[in-house]
Amino acid sequence: MKEIIVYGSGCKNCQNTKALIRRVADELGIEANIGEVTDTVEIMSAGVMSTPGVAVDGQIVHTGSHPSREQVEEWLRS
Amino acid sequence: MFVIFTLLADFLTWRVFGLAPGSRLGEAVHFFIEDTAKIFVLLTVIVFIMGFLRAMISPEKVRQVVSGKSRFISYPLAVSLGAVTPFCSCSSVPLFIGFLEAGIPLGVTMAFLIASPMINEVAVVLLAAILGWKVAALYVAAGLIVGMLGGLLIEALGLEKWVEDYVWQIRMGKVAMPRADTSWKGRLAFARHEVKEIVGRIWKYVLLGIAVGAFLHGFVPASFFARYAAANNPFAVPMAAIIGIPLYSSASGVIPVVESLIGKGVPIGTVLALMMSVAAISLPEMIILRKVLKTPLIATFTAILFVSFIMVGYLFNMLFA
Repeated sequence: MKEIIVYGSGCKNCQNTKALIRRVADELGIEANIGEVTDTVEIMSAGVMSTPGVAVDGQIVHTGSHPSREQVEEWLRS
Repeated sequence: MFVIFTLLADFLTWRVFGLAPGSRLGEAVHFFIEDTAKIFVLLTVIVFIMGFLRAMISPEKVRQVVSGKSRFISYPLAVSLGAVTPFCSCSSVPLFIGFLEAGIPLGVTMAFLIASPMINEVAVVLLAAILGWKVAALYVAAGLIVGMLGGLLIEALGLEKWVEDYVWQIRMGKVAMPRADTSWKGRLAFARHEVKEIVGRIWKYVLLGIAVGAFLHGFVPASFFARYAAANNPFAVPMAAIIGIPLYSSASGVIPVVESLIGKGVPIGTVLALMMSVAAISLPEMIILRKVLKTPLIATFTAILFVSFIMVGYLFNMLFA
């Protein structure tokens, strides 16, 4: 079961990121727990400076933009 | 190079829609069609090329590069990098905090934040393509100077006291550095992605800007502008800057309006004041920054920008009008 966290303060990009990951996970049939962190202080403490940021199983894999579908698939399959 | 868009607009407006050349509606529709086609094609091409070139720049890298440098270096560095660094505006807050936490002075950070939305490189290239390199270079120069002066002023006034207190307490974990894929395939993918994201984000503003520009072009006679916005009217520049405050658009979105106004004979300084004011003074951004900046700082920040734009407006009118 993949643990995914999306860091972002709620702008459209961040919402879309979360939705995309959910969609891809469902389509690939991969079990994933997708959480989100919207509090600025928590986002910073995690080391994310440009949102949206994505962490997979505790590791930050992406920051600063809406990820592409290929990237999301790569994370979910790893 | 762009005559193809004129021809397309000619064909659609005069032949297909049967509007009369010289009529107000006809001229407005022609402008709308030509500009929409031209700008969206240009936008796609430019964003793609820019995306390809700058797959390697990120706010995290900028933060690394700028921190620890003397002010002499960090100010120019911050505004130059601010001009080319892509970031989503909801990142303004974490970015701001991240910069301060790395020891980058408040003034330098503000310089970066000022230069970024203004010297949007997509807007600059659009400006160059539509109005010529001179205008574009002026705009960039204005943005860099305003960014640096704004930042320096904020620092000179000692406005650190107006940053929200909690900001100074934050200790960031190790900052996650994005892994940039710099292979050709990776860059192409990034570039394609940028086009989808950026055009997807600003197309409404651009279309709105084109609609306003078309309306001005077709329905507002040049004489109107000659009366109120002529080079000899000293109030034109401040008015332009004031009008821009409540308006917000992506810098690229204002360009059709800029195009229209210059076509009507409005002096370039006045137009630049409007453009900068629309792009850099934005209510949504102020609201976002309220999380880290106390209201007096936001007000001061806005005032500094406002005054700078007016001064730049007068300067360029003096030099070129």
